[in-house]
Amino acid sequence: MTPRIERVAVDALCVHLSDAIDPDLLPWLQAADQALRQRFAGCLIDLVPAYTSLLLHYDLVQLSEQQARAWAAEALQDLQPAATRSGQLHQLPVWYAPGVGPDLRAVATRLGCSQRELIRRHSQPVYQVYALGFAPGFAYLGLLDPALALPRLATPRQQVPAGSVAIAERQTAIYPLPSPGGWHLLGRMPLPLFDPHTPPYSLLQPGDQVQLVAIERYEFIRLGGDPTPCEAPA
Amino acid sequence: MTLLRVVKTLGLAQLQDGGRFGCRHLGVTQGGPLDWLAAGLANRLLGNAADACVVEIPWGGFSVRAEQDTTLALCGADLGATLDGKPVSHNASFRVRAGQQLDCRSPRSGVRGYLATPDGFKAPRLLGASATVGRERLGGLQGDGRSLQLDDQLSAGSRRPAPVSLSPDDYFDLSAPAILSMLFAAEYAQFSGHSLFAVTNHSWAVDNRADRMGVRLTGPRLVYQGPGLVSTAIPLGSIQVPPDGQPIILLQDRQTIGGYPRIGALTPLAVARLAQCAPGQPVRLHTLGQEAARQQTLLWLQRLQ
Repeated sequence: MTPRIERVAVDALCVHLSDAIDPDLLPWLQAADQALRQRFAGCLIDLVPAYTSLLLHYDLVQLSEQQARAWAAEALQDLQPAATRSGQLHQLPVWYAPGVGPDLRAVATRLGCSQRELIRRHSQPVYQVYALGFAPGFAYLGLLDPALALPRLATPRQQVPAGSVAIAERQTAIYPLPSPGGWHLLGRMPLPLFDPHTPPYSLLQPGDQVQLVAIERYEFIRLGGDPTPCEAPA
Repeated sequence: MTLLRVVKTLGLAQLQDGGRFGCRHLGVTQGGPLDWLAAGLANRLLGNAADACVVEIPWGGFSVRAEQDTTLALCGADLGATLDGKPVSHNASFRVRAGQQLDCRSPRSGVRGYLATPDGFKAPRLLGASATVGRERLGGLQGDGRSLQLDDQLSAGSRRPAPVSLSPDDYFDLSAPAILSMLFAAEYAQFSGHSLFAVTNHSWAVDNRADRMGVRLTGPRLVYQGPGLVSTAIPLGSIQVPPDGQPIILLQDRQTIGGYPRIGALTPLAVARLAQCAPGQPVRLHTLGQEAARQQTLLWLQRLQ
């Protein structure tokens, strides 16, 4: 594997391992993450993995771009995929219901299946955490069953409640905080995903695995979930 | 002990320190003062670290009353500040006595003023910083991302350094036209030849869609000709171009990951200058080589020492 390294800012390089999303890339991304962190050590400001790439934000006081490129190339030569899976398996409870998942009915209708079947297909796979982004603790989970892939909403919602479980394209995710959002909402997850006071801060980490478990309303409330229905679809 | 009490605010003034680093892989945005140079200079006037916590005051309309004698400093936008009604010098530190009121009125040049106190304002640190990010409910006086509120009590160090002022060479002349340095970077090679020419040879206007996440520029339509992109993490100053061809320059509160093609990135200094441009204001872009941009950044960082 020969990564492509490109300049993205005066003090940032982007290391591309591939140009297409691929579940087999995860161990390579993890290995690259580890190798770059080790090589750059105190000269690293941030290293941010995404699906196929890592953004390397280095300290321009200590390093020229030429040095940074040389170090990155050196760290990435003879890269081997991470041998052991560092990730944890999380089982996350989800209450799938039209009040908290206002797109459940419309998505089932569009896909020509029952809501029950949609819930079964959404909660069946073990998803990988590809990356965290968009908001603190927001995990991009994939890959979604291709039969469930839909484009984003034409008009994003102004306010998606915290805990909302959503799908778009081949991805699914859970909103850690209330925020605007353009994904289709199927249900709600009652547990907190991000705690800025306690390391490692985010419940989900890149490389972790996630299994969604359908639960009933009483269980959702027992776990501390907020059952307030969503605003009407935009 | 309270040093300053907020007696008037538009609800936009926020505490900002250097920002959060080392946690963008968790989805946490950078934050920090948009005009990092002005914030750093205000701190330098008081002998503080460049990233000590300041109040960022967009558009003025912010007043505080001193509850103790102190020295304060104001840099960035000229907000026509007065102390008990008498003008205070801009880009300078000045003494304040208990009971006096500092009024930051409205911008005469620039957009964002920065108010510094000895050793910085005290605020809880979360993920290594006190920077306020409302969207993420992080930072600020209570740590929950709220902007400063009426009657908030601010405390700081008890030093009272002697008043000093900046030389005019230390900071931008905000009444002069804004010329922003950029590097071609990321997907620039997949923009049309005309776009690469137009970006630096036309005037742009700051759109009114401008906030701490990003600033949209309106002008010639930039055309990306490459394939769809898988989302990647985005650095400060990235010039992303959505399908409508009007670029958005991403600032300190940008989301960590995005998928629009980018024609390049502003230099850190240009980000600071853009932060002082009001909607409707014309700006021009010009390109700089990477090493020249680095040397320019290092020079200004040195001045904050």
